[in-house]
Amino acid sequence: MSVFINKDTKVIVQGITGSTALFHTKQMLEYGTKIVGGVTPKKGGTEVEGVPVFDTVQGAVEQTGANASVIYVPAPFAADAIMEAVDAELDLVICITEHIPVLDMVKVKRYMEGKKTRLVGPNCPGVITPDECKIGIMPGYIHKKGHIGVVSRSGTLTYEAVHQLSEEGFGQSTAVGIGGDPVNGTDFIDALKAFNEDPETEAVMMIGEIGGTAEEEAAEWVKANMNKPVVGFIGGATAPPGKRMGHAGAIISGGKGTAEEKIKVMNQCGIEVAKTPSVMGETLISVLKQKGLFDKCKTH
Amino acid sequence: MNIHEYQGKELLRKYGVAVPNGQVAYTVDEAVEAAKNLGTSVSVVKAQIHAGGRGKAGGVKVAKNLDEVRTYANEILGKTLVTHQTGPQGKEVKRLLIEEGCDIQKEYYVGLVLDRATSKVTMMASEEGGTEIEEVAEKTPEKIFKEVIDPVTGLLPFQARRLAFNINIPKEYLSKAVKFMLGLYQAFVEKDCSIAEINPLVTTGDGEVLALDAKLNFDDNALFRQKDIQTYRDLDEEDAKEIEASKHDLSYIALDGNIGCMVNGAGLAMATMDIIKHYNGDPANFLDVGGGATAEKVTEAFKIILSDSNVKGILVNIFGGIMKCDVIAEGVVAATKQVGLEIPLVVRLEGTNVDLGKKILAESGLNITAAESMADGAEKIVSLVK
Repeated sequence: MSVFINKDTKVIVQGITGSTALFHTKQMLEYGTKIVGGVTPKKGGTEVEGVPVFDTVQGAVEQTGANASVIYVPAPFAADAIMEAVDAELDLVICITEHIPVLDMVKVKRYMEGKKTRLVGPNCPGVITPDECKIGIMPGYIHKKGHIGVVSRSGTLTYEAVHQLSEEGFGQSTAVGIGGDPVNGTDFIDALKAFNEDPETEAVMMIGEIGGTAEEEAAEWVKANMNKPVVGFIGGATAPPGKRMGHAGAIISGGKGTAEEKIKVMNQCGIEVAKTPSVMGETLISVLKQKGLFDKCKTH
Repeated sequence: MNIHEYQGKELLRKYGVAVPNGQVAYTVDEAVEAAKNLGTSVSVVKAQIHAGGRGKAGGVKVAKNLDEVRTYANEILGKTLVTHQTGPQGKEVKRLLIEEGCDIQKEYYVGLVLDRATSKVTMMASEEGGTEIEEVAEKTPEKIFKEVIDPVTGLLPFQARRLAFNINIPKEYLSKAVKFMLGLYQAFVEKDCSIAEINPLVTTGDGEVLALDAKLNFDDNALFRQKDIQTYRDLDEEDAKEIEASKHDLSYIALDGNIGCMVNGAGLAMATMDIIKHYNGDPANFLDVGGGATAEKVTEAFKIILSDSNVKGILVNIFGGIMKCDVIAEGVVAATKQVGLEIPLVVRLEGTNVDLGKKILAESGLNITAAESMADGAEKIVSLVK
């Protein structure tokens, strides 16, 4: 078991003929991900990396039976690509593209109301279930199969956390990058719920950053519902207010969204928060010891 | 992206949002000329900078005649205004807005923002005009009314009416207030605003509903389709290094410290600043080289960091996902050679093609300190700059 994706997930790549998409399609195939098709309008009928290309998502789904899609389409066209995938009734759409206009995402979210598709991202590294399926742009080799669920707003900071866990011998069930945009699909609570229900997951690492109140809401949810330990980290404690720290979502406005406030609420809700980004792994391991989960989670 | 008040008003006028007549002036003579053209007995001289709190800092003056316009324009142009939003160094005033005075009956607040909780645009209104909305939210939250807007229908007239009634706009102004709000929403969505704040919105003695101030911010990600908004950009209001960075698609923010940072990914870049602080160092900048970086882009990033004379050392922290470590390494080597680096450089590489990256650095013959982890890198650079 795992969260959102596994060895049976059949994936199509939207925007497959672009250079970034090509590079990562190759990487995903090497990892063992079942890439069954690609979509680039007007390139239908061709083939890249041995994968058939279709003109439309609907066509690709009909021909291949895909149930998930990953989007590398450039930002001006990415919202349309997400809605095309939602229209084709895929179970899961993972949007890697960054810099999508926020009002485009407002429309996407409205379009998705009442539809079955789960969206992860945009502006995210993707989702990986180690040794089974990698959808996105993360370096596969740092991940090891195991029992720690990882959910994060940041791409490279997730790699950092996963790397620390793997180095210490703690594999991951699934790592989910929810993305750094203010309007996104899957949020912390969705991912935490899934990890809570996943029998393979024993503990969760939640990596947030300044801006918004998603971490606070997730912490309240953890306190009320979670029956597995959660450890956190919040990036941006030293960021100046009012400045947008790269991620559109990472801005402190009107005194709201500070790291201090988030850490306070998380602590109150029973979530231990790593003091620095270099001790994310250590902090989780100490909690595993406290909870008697160390041996169960130590995978290698 | 921020724009000036006069630009915001010019834009809003196109959407049927009523604003006072006014004209921009770059010199004292232009200011007097503008006041003459307005032909009103009273005019207002307003400093145009990208920051709020101008009134309290002496940047807004009411002039009763042309002589006073000249006096105030002379006084404000070239003055450095320090407000709670400019930072201690303040901002120099290079443009003025000369506006007709109006007979204010009452001040209100109307604003549009993206509500992250609902993923929808929300209009907020309050009868506490002239006060910052954050302050109202803290002290008298019951005085703020909100309407969540469905992107399919847009702001509906009944929602605008409800807001107007809730904030007690007198009924003789109702239809003008509704037109104002609908126009403001239209401008917000058509121009990809991220914030639109009218504070204050005023009712006047001659029956008008006017935007006395206008603060519009735009979504940087949408500027590609807003060519007219791009022309509003005022480079004088931005940090020179941030301008250079944006030319190369780099996300850079200048800070006060002495350790330059080059990192891939916004989250890791923030965390790198945090860990430098943790080891009692002080970051000179936030710099995310992004996903699709090339060796050239990395070289530009290096040049920007080094153009800050406060920088006494550089920490490169790369965890390669999209970004391949060999690309970073090549960029670091090329940039170091090109700029003739004379200050300490610590590089931490991890991720895709890491071995190749480390090899390129080691074989470069350059004085580069390798770090094994984030903590190691932060500790090393902090001790090297001391």
